[in-house]
Amino acid sequence: MERKTPLYDVHVEEGGKIVPFAGYLLPVQYGSGVIKEHMAVREQAGLFDVSHMGEVLFTGPTALDTLNHLLTNDYSNMPINKVRYGVMCTADGGTIDDLVVYKFGEESYLVVVNAANREKDFAHMSQNLLPGTKAEDISDTVAQLALQGPKAPAILKKLLPEDQIPKGYYTALPNVEIQGMKCMISRTGYTGELGYEIYTSNEDAPKLWKVLREAGEEFGLIPCGLGARDTLRLEAAMPLYGHEMDETITPLEAGLDFGVKLNKEEFIGKDALVAAGAPKRVRVGLEVVGRGIVREHQDVYLGQEKIGQTTSGTHCPYLGKAIAMALLDAAHTAEGTELEVDVRGRRVAVKIVPLPFYKRG
Amino acid sequence: MSNIPANLKYSKSHEWILEEDGVFTIGLTDYAQGALGDIVFINLPEEGDDVTAGEAFADVESVKAVSDVFSPVTGTVTAVNEALLDDPAQINEAPYEAWLIKVGQVSDSEELLDAEGYEAVVAAEEA
Repeated sequence: MERKTPLYDVHVEEGGKIVPFAGYLLPVQYGSGVIKEHMAVREQAGLFDVSHMGEVLFTGPTALDTLNHLLTNDYSNMPINKVRYGVMCTADGGTIDDLVVYKFGEESYLVVVNAANREKDFAHMSQNLLPGTKAEDISDTVAQLALQGPKAPAILKKLLPEDQIPKGYYTALPNVEIQGMKCMISRTGYTGELGYEIYTSNEDAPKLWKVLREAGEEFGLIPCGLGARDTLRLEAAMPLYGHEMDETITPLEAGLDFGVKLNKEEFIGKDALVAAGAPKRVRVGLEVVGRGIVREHQDVYLGQEKIGQTTSGTHCPYLGKAIAMALLDAAHTAEGTELEVDVRGRRVAVKIVPLPFYKRG
Repeated sequence: MSNIPANLKYSKSHEWILEEDGVFTIGLTDYAQGALGDIVFINLPEEGDDVTAGEAFADVESVKAVSDVFSPVTGTVTAVNEALLDDPAQINEAPYEAWLIKVGQVSDSEELLDAEGYEAVVAAEEA
């Protein structure tokens, strides 16, 4: 039985096409369709319900040590109100999940995880807590709205004084009030575009959605569903759990080196990652040069030799072409390499291109 | 509510059919294009290819997914709407103008529905 987010009725009212996703009933698109929603985020602004995301609060004198033990990134010397990406590994170096960590005090951190992994993540976290850390799954009490696109700052400025809007990328302000609604605003997102993620209570979420919709109307803001969320993150080459990463793929294979600090004293999975050495397969970007659309889990060939599989693929509305990401043998990952993908029995020509496919100008 | 013109015939798998002098023109219904979402790619057969009733003759891809298009008749392709290869979004914009193929020498056909019968199929799927 799928759960509903506090915005379910709002989505139905807005004309959302509801589908089950990660245990929740969420809109895959609204009336305007995926392409218009995608373009709105690239050129104006879009509003997403991402309340399905999981949130775990870590508190206590050893909270920092616990995070440094559980996660691949280094959270020492992190300023308050800063956000930092990270990966949680198995002892074998496989990826349990990718996540972001917010620091709100020396003994207070919020970890945001993927909805589909929430139970698994919390079980792993609970089993590996250091004495003196408390972990609390608060997902069911937190709603999250993502306001994304170049017009997002102008929309927030209508509702808040400038000092209440986080300025730096990957920073957050935990105690902001929008028309009496208590919010945490973070300059983060999953679209490759400038934007914010706004956390609030379940009770206030429908009102916050309406306030943002009204404030955004003059800027071309439209509601966006999971379909556009996926095409946007793919165009920006952001990895998605279950596609570019899973427990059989290490974060180094997934190209997440920037979030893996092998010089850190210790973390779960470090020994396995060090022992494995340079990854034998790596994540690359593919551009389709033949006719067709490449999707996930399709075999990639160099001549007759199978050298890997795609992990995600779609037609990208902003770039106007079909692209994919793939996990390929490290020996064949030079930019410009011409390959073929088996698309339901038909070979489609592709070439390796640098990631990301799209970068905000 | 999707648009279901009264002058056309329909299949349960959401193709529309226009028969004129033994030539069957086949396209995707308004309901089908709405369910698929933005169509970004289509693969069509070539003139002279044979199609079989109940079997796939084309595939259409929307941003999110790929779907087969089934032939309601058995026969030979006499014309292909090649303009769709470059601009498959025409199917979203005008589903009853953006025909896919024309089939001649028809030897077999599925049981085709009239507009009323197809409306019941759509109503059942939307329920």
